[in-house]
Amino acid sequence: MATATADHDAHANPTGWKRYVYSTNHKDIGTMYLIFAIVAGIIGGALSGFMRWELAEPGIQVFPGLASMVYGHEWQSAAALDAGKHMYNVFTTAHGLIMVFFVVMPALIGGYSNWFVPLMIGAPDMAFPRMNNISFWLLPPAFILLLMSMFFEGPPGGMGTGGGWTVYPPLSTSGQPGPAMDFAILSLHIAGASSILGAINFITTIFNMRAPGMTMHKMPLFPWAILVTAFLLLLSLPVLAGAITMLLTDRNFGTSFFSPDGGGDPILFQHLFWFFGHPEVYIMILPGFGIVSHIVSTFSKKPIFGYLAMVYAMVAIGFVGFIVWAHHMYTTGISLDTQRYFVFATMVIAVPTGVKIFSWIATMWGGSLSFRPPMQWAIGFIFLFTVGGVTGVVLANAGADRSLHDTYYVVAHFHYVLSLGAVFSIFAAWYYWYPKMFGHMYSETLATVHFWVMFIGVNLIFFPQHFLGLNGMPRRYIDYPEAFAWWNQVSSWGYVVTLVAVIIFLITIVEAVMKKRPAGDNPWGEGATTLEWTLPSPPPFHQFETLPKIK
Amino acid sequence: MSQRETDVSKLLARLAKVISVIVAWALPATAFAQEAGDPVTGQPTDGAIGFQPSVTTIMDATAAFHDGLLMPIITIIVIFVTALLIWVMVRYNAKANPKPARFTHNTAIEIAWTVIPILILIVIAIPSFGVLSDQMTTPDGERTYLGSSIFSREGGEKVPAAEITITATGVQWSWTYTYNDLDEATYDSYMLSEEDIAALKPGQPKLLAVDNELVVPVNTTVRMLVTATDVIHAFAVPAFGIKTDAVPGRINETWFNVRKEGMYYGQCSELCGKDHAFMPIAVRVVSKEEYKAWSEKLKAEDDVEAANLTLASLN
Repeated sequence: MATATADHDAHANPTGWKRYVYSTNHKDIGTMYLIFAIVAGIIGGALSGFMRWELAEPGIQVFPGLASMVYGHEWQSAAALDAGKHMYNVFTTAHGLIMVFFVVMPALIGGYSNWFVPLMIGAPDMAFPRMNNISFWLLPPAFILLLMSMFFEGPPGGMGTGGGWTVYPPLSTSGQPGPAMDFAILSLHIAGASSILGAINFITTIFNMRAPGMTMHKMPLFPWAILVTAFLLLLSLPVLAGAITMLLTDRNFGTSFFSPDGGGDPILFQHLFWFFGHPEVYIMILPGFGIVSHIVSTFSKKPIFGYLAMVYAMVAIGFVGFIVWAHHMYTTGISLDTQRYFVFATMVIAVPTGVKIFSWIATMWGGSLSFRPPMQWAIGFIFLFTVGGVTGVVLANAGADRSLHDTYYVVAHFHYVLSLGAVFSIFAAWYYWYPKMFGHMYSETLATVHFWVMFIGVNLIFFPQHFLGLNGMPRRYIDYPEAFAWWNQVSSWGYVVTLVAVIIFLITIVEAVMKKRPAGDNPWGEGATTLEWTLPSPPPFHQFETLPKIK
Repeated sequence: MSQRETDVSKLLARLAKVISVIVAWALPATAFAQEAGDPVTGQPTDGAIGFQPSVTTIMDATAAFHDGLLMPIITIIVIFVTALLIWVMVRYNAKANPKPARFTHNTAIEIAWTVIPILILIVIAIPSFGVLSDQMTTPDGERTYLGSSIFSREGGEKVPAAEITITATGVQWSWTYTYNDLDEATYDSYMLSEEDIAALKPGQPKLLAVDNELVVPVNTTVRMLVTATDVIHAFAVPAFGIKTDAVPGRINETWFNVRKEGMYYGQCSELCGKDHAFMPIAVRVVSKEEYKAWSEKLKAEDDVEAANLTLASLN
């Protein structure tokens, strides 16, 4: 059992702003990451709100006026129209970069992992508490750089960088000579460094700081998920850094890595980007897998089914995730044999993923289920991730992808696994760990309403997008032929519903803070068996100064 | 949380799962009802939920693979997982099962849920490789192509070797077509504005109609060489089942053989800047006789507008 005293004789704990700016406390840093992710999520979600508003009807209604308001073009002029079209691409780009690098990763890895990996393994903090501090504090500047990029020139006559989150050259090199793209590259470098340092911290912590008796095979599934995620970060982010540095030198220092005129190849960038990009999507989902395992076990009052298979399924997903990248490139002109290999390798990942889905169901089987808010989100995750996963199997087949690549079918697929997978796991963890982190309980009625409105909203947004993609609507389009009107309208109404859900979420937080219902050590009962539930809520500033002994 | 709140949310959970299953079945039916109003070939249809109708052997195979094999498999998987979830929520909720079991293993089922997905993936992979090979192999006149019978090459048909080669070059923001066999006759293809459609090509769809279409003969294998001059674009025609990136410094080859005369539209499929949505591809498939007259005029005068005057379907 951990002691509850928090005495630390060497120095008094910092207070005021220094507590946070100079923090070396994994819990405080985790909280800062979570607040950062919520703020960035509101901004990233607002960008997509404008996009869905534009797409609600055929024709261009919103962005030229928006460009006029923001950048001062003459109202309804040709310049405003051009600026508006580019601005739509800028929003597409920023929405993707913000959600990936400033919402999902900070929430899952910076937020929940920092908070709960040390607690779950019985450690007093992370291995490198000061490096933890810089990992967090690198992010606000990185985010600001990205937001600033929207106010510098990209292509002639347009502000901000509009190459999609994938920033393929030559569009991102010769296609956008202004400084906006360079700001975005710098932003990504800094965010990448933040994550690499975090990965080092998690690997070292998990390998070296488990409490006595906690062998690797006794470690809970969430730290296992983070361990695999940390290796993916460590090995993939440097490749992104290399690729975007090559963009930077092509743009500013006369190299021609990606320029055919100088003997370079635009496709090289795509290989480098997706060598990072595919592990990145597993980085975004693996922590969610860990979270869902914990929640399903807790609210089934039953240990997770097939622990070892769950561990090694995650390891397999992580490993195979490194050798499938070119399934994003089937139409680029890679050879038939190359495509055949990537089809085969990509389909292999479906097997360990299926093992996990069935294991979660088997955990519930024979259990004693209660459907409190964390479990609602977790079950929602299982259902919706299955839908997103099977459309991934469709896209894995290059023959089908020929017709579906760069259409809304792809947009639907990745939003199902991200907005309805990763984001649902983020909300699941929020409602699961909120009482532990903040010491008070939220209204479960409000949380339940949040779940249902969100469930309806995001399905309304993204399910019809499968139809649009199958019927041929390309992605990254500000306007579309009238025949795509109906499903676009449905999808845009779905955004309105989702917006209501986000507002309910914020109300839930405000209500909880106002009411301050005290939460005990363990609001969830006998099913919550990991070490964080043995501590008070919130845990003391320093915990496990005497290490717990694990049987 | 009060007992009543738990009951209500459980009930809602069950209800929503049931509804979602029903909707998953009903939704296609409603769209079929809409599609019963004659989906147009070569362009999207409002309210449609599937591929545009196919006019090539390649798209026949893609559609058969997706609609006939992949869709049933993934639908069954999703319904199966949903049914398991509903069952588990109904049978093992705290009220129905107050004492949880403790098992964490079942070797037989763990083997089943590893091996059965592998078998399903093999069933998918076999036709998948066939469909892919057909797309990536330009016909030589001898090779058999799968068409709709994606599991066996015996039911397939030979496709004649490529007779015509056309280079499509993507630029910001239009396409340039070069007819390699017609002394490299070249012309540009720009999207028409709404006003110009009304004046020049009434009845053609907005954002898809162009001034100078790509003209090809029916039942003829056309080799497309796709490239770009500035940034990456992509040449796509959904009804043909083709999509090929247009990469500067690189020539990517694709092919098609269209069995039905008519107008077929596609759109640029790789983000290329502010007018990415406004550089469509329009293909006019004409009879062999019409094409003969058109191509001779184009080769002789290198003037696509003069050539277009020879087309009955345009005038």
